[in-house]
Amino acid sequence: MNAHHTTDGLVSPTLQRIGELVPEGARVLDLGCGDGTMLAHLQKVRGCTGYGIELDDANVLACVQRGVNVIQLNLDEGLSMFEDASFDVVLQIDTLQNLRNAEVMLRETVRVGRFGIVAFPNFAHWPNRLSVLKGRMPVTKRLPYQWYDTPNIRVGTHADLGVLARACGLKVLDNFGIQDGEVLRFAPNLLAGTSVYKLSR
Amino acid sequence: MAPLRTLCRPLSQHIDGIAILPGRRFDFNCGRVTSSAKDACQPGFAFSATGFFCDMELIATPQSMFFEAALPLQSGASLRGYHLSFETYGQLNASKSNAVLICHALNASHHVAGTYAGQDKSEGWWHNMIGPGKPLDTNQFFVIGVNNLGSCFGSTGPMHTNPDTGEVYGADFPVVTVEDWVNAQARLLDALGIQTLAAVMGGSLGGMQTLSWTLQYPNRVRHALVIASAPNLTAENIAFNEVARRAIVTDPDFHGGHFYQHGTVPKRGLRIARMIGHITYLSDDVMNEKFGRQQKAPTPAALDTLLQSYKYSTQEVEFQIESYLRYQGDKFAEYFDANTYLLITRALDYFDPARAYGGNLSLALGRATAKFLLVSFTTDWRFSPKRSREIVKALLDNKRDVSYAEIDAPHGHDAFLLDDPRYMNVVRSYFENISRSLEGQP
Repeated sequence: MNAHHTTDGLVSPTLQRIGELVPEGARVLDLGCGDGTMLAHLQKVRGCTGYGIELDDANVLACVQRGVNVIQLNLDEGLSMFEDASFDVVLQIDTLQNLRNAEVMLRETVRVGRFGIVAFPNFAHWPNRLSVLKGRMPVTKRLPYQWYDTPNIRVGTHADLGVLARACGLKVLDNFGIQDGEVLRFAPNLLAGTSVYKLSR
Repeated sequence: MAPLRTLCRPLSQHIDGIAILPGRRFDFNCGRVTSSAKDACQPGFAFSATGFFCDMELIATPQSMFFEAALPLQSGASLRGYHLSFETYGQLNASKSNAVLICHALNASHHVAGTYAGQDKSEGWWHNMIGPGKPLDTNQFFVIGVNNLGSCFGSTGPMHTNPDTGEVYGADFPVVTVEDWVNAQARLLDALGIQTLAAVMGGSLGGMQTLSWTLQYPNRVRHALVIASAPNLTAENIAFNEVARRAIVTDPDFHGGHFYQHGTVPKRGLRIARMIGHITYLSDDVMNEKFGRQQKAPTPAALDTLLQSYKYSTQEVEFQIESYLRYQGDKFAEYFDANTYLLITRALDYFDPARAYGGNLSLALGRATAKFLLVSFTTDWRFSPKRSREIVKALLDNKRDVSYAEIDAPHGHDAFLLDDPRYMNVVRSYFENISRSLEGQP
């Protein structure tokens, strides 16, 4: 399941774990905010303020219905609307794999935020490896799409993002996996369905 | 800014006074709300989807308020003894916290919603948006539509008499700005006993007034809905206005703006002004879809061959689009005042809140404390999404609450008057949240 689009206002354990990285009262920019579940959660539980960025009409409406500030923008057009370090935290949850300019957006995330939190499905999770070993692209709860109709225009692994972040000159403040709603720090590249990185300039 | 003290009384006590105004002896539809309402309700275009939500329950009643105290204008001039026409819909609640002001654009009026009793096709110009059960629900909100100064639908304008001279204003009507209109609207609210608005809402030029409200009276506006608008006009946009103005001013019937005394109406100029305006309110795609290269009135022979011969005339109407524009121009010239057109386009040109801040819109919007919803339409090239994004950015820079919907609609600028469900639903949801927040108040 897409970690961000939990719908019906219920915050999945995965989102709760990611939310725990966000300081109390932080000013948050949520890139690809979906229906606003995460921002609403952060506003309610952690007293945060902020905005979601979303392209999809139905999600924009859902955010407005929830009373979450939402800006309808195509992230592939960049974040020029946002000044440097104008947010405490920039979230990119299950967004990176949908973007054409993933590398640019990674840099933009830490430009606009004091730190960024990037979470995405880890393609190196062992069931995915097993599937590929058997010669087929994985179809799992975390990656529920067939290879020919997936919105994910790229797949990457927990290890891959670490390499890209360092290549971009970003500091990795923390990284871990999330599996079954729990933080996993042992061998996340193998054992976690979701990869999480906390990054800064 | 402190509320301005005004002296005012309802028109009903003053109706004799207005009846003897010399301006009334001219046969102007514009001066009478009732006769102009039919046109005023159709600022969109004829083939629009509006009218779908035809609502006969809400009966609109035009009102007028007289203001004796002079209104100081941005230009340094002032306007003494003026009327504002307005309509209200719904009920003001006990705490007077549910009032919503609607600001109109170029050729609209205070007749925003509902219909006039016994008059067919007299829907207000935003009747698809405002009314019982509509996105702005008059069962929840007390909605106020007000006609701006200088207009030709009842509020004091260039066709009325200047109390200082006893002559019709004509070209001498003072130049009014968006800021002046907002000040006048604030006086009306004072008179209605409304200190704080739950929301101000407007599209296009109405959106500029909405934005200006949040800067001039930040403490009186809780929410601002700025639809298909801009923080100022671009050079191209001013250029279109200038072409329209030149068409009017160079019409021999214009007589330097004093055509009332000559018993003429510069209809040729008004027609051309409307035609060029109309083109800019549409998109290339929607025009092509509706008209394409269709020729006017196919002959029976053409229907057989599917190829109608050209007239090979330079002056006759050949294409449907020409016929449509001429029709729109003719209709407009029948009811709209030429001086009003000049005044309102000038107000558009002058609006530029960032000007006093070295062009820095973020600094200019620092005063605004309202929560904002902005909506733009992707095919609107007169007030493009880029311009709305500038406002969004300036609000973000000031850490203001703002949401922004960019609706991928094909209809150009006129989309803000049409029924796109994504647009309607976003506005509806936004107002539902405002309504809920009102219920939560003590």
